[in-house]
Amino acid sequence: MLAVDVEKKLGALQISVHFQVASGATALFGPSGAGKTSVINMIAGLLTPDRGVITVDDAVLFDSDRHIDLPPYRRRIGYVFQEGRLFPHLSVRQNLDYGRRMSGLPRDSSEFDRVTTLLNMAHLLDRRPGNLSGGERQRVAVGRALLMRPRLLLLDEPMASLDIGHKREILPYLVRLRDQAGIPMVYVSHTPAEVRLIATTVVRIDSGKVVATGGVELLDTADNDALA
Amino acid sequence: MFDLTPEEWTAVALTLRIALVATVCATPFGIAIGWVLARKQFWGKALLDGVVHLPLVMPPVVTGYLLLIWFGRKGAVGGFLDHYLGIVLSFRWTGAALACGVMGFPLLVRPVRLALEAVDRKLEDAASTLGANRLTVFFTVTLPLALPGLIAGVILCFARALGEFGATITFVSNIPGETQTISSLIYTFTQIPGGDAAAGRLVLIAVFLAFVALIAAEWLGRRAAARFHGE
Repeated sequence: MLAVDVEKKLGALQISVHFQVASGATALFGPSGAGKTSVINMIAGLLTPDRGVITVDDAVLFDSDRHIDLPPYRRRIGYVFQEGRLFPHLSVRQNLDYGRRMSGLPRDSSEFDRVTTLLNMAHLLDRRPGNLSGGERQRVAVGRALLMRPRLLLLDEPMASLDIGHKREILPYLVRLRDQAGIPMVYVSHTPAEVRLIATTVVRIDSGKVVATGGVELLDTADNDALA
Repeated sequence: MFDLTPEEWTAVALTLRIALVATVCATPFGIAIGWVLARKQFWGKALLDGVVHLPLVMPPVVTGYLLLIWFGRKGAVGGFLDHYLGIVLSFRWTGAALACGVMGFPLLVRPVRLALEAVDRKLEDAASTLGANRLTVFFTVTLPLALPGLIAGVILCFARALGEFGATITFVSNIPGETQTISSLIYTFTQIPGGDAAAGRLVLIAVFLAFVALIAAEWLGRRAAARFHGE
């Protein structure tokens, strides 16, 4: 269970967001500039809310009244960034291992094999991020976040920088991830077709406010577009 | 290849030792100051930047003279070091290393600072979400990404230290076996009749060492850069 109740002023945009979601895949859906990425940056600890509370299960990540603000490295929240952000000086294997090592988890080769198989990247392990395709890079980014055993996985438009071929390539992995990994996901997107395929819950955000929370039926027919 | 007298070999070995110690000791400070200048905004930042770069623009003799005043046995810092730690720098090879380190410092800091400024902060954010605290992020992400700049700075500092003359001779004089480096020995030979041949031999050595340092810098820089692309 993720509960978010935060306020943050960013330039002209006043973000004031309140929502609670259970397990499964939650989409933060809304137009560009609505404050979606800022919301998940606050969940990850990369952006500090002006006031509010963020909890995951019984863990309080942020509470302005109680002066609790866990730094990102203590939150155990996996984050898949729009542009992947793989470490260019490390091999794919070292990138995948980074979160586990930094989180002080023991080596677990069966988990490593499970994730590399799930995301079909066993053949990429000795390559460098510099010579991966966009789709491969995003799969590695997802694997890297999974292998730190997060309590929550954040994905910020993980397919936005991919062309349509690579989107079709990575989408089934995200669906498998939702069904098999057992980790709650928060998925930021402004593409209805993506949200329809991946999300179980939709939180609709516009101009920094939650305008509706519910199932995929929240996406009206006007949102019907191709997966482009 | 090089037919040198024992006195000349001593100067060559001493020069290498002084340059190496100067560079190794200056590097952690160079990284720290480079990081502060690249990442922090504070009152007096321009002043710090200026002070770091002073040895580059002041006459080396002036730097040497200031070192003599501050780090000599009667100086503010030198007196303290002598009295409490038993460390004497003036007229010792360690003093020569200090002079060389100070002279090479701006050449070290500048590329380090530029390289740190160029590091993508978003990668540091990614590392912190993966469980790395700030210090670990610095050593596993920031510094490795700035490595080409660090290597360039270290080699420049080392090369500067190899050839340092003015500050060294002012601060620690020209004592055979203690502070007489290649440069100061060449200077000595030019002051005595018939010293041309010996000076010429040492000049060859100096040119050779400078070339090796440059080639090493090029090679290391390429290797470090190659790690970011391809396997």
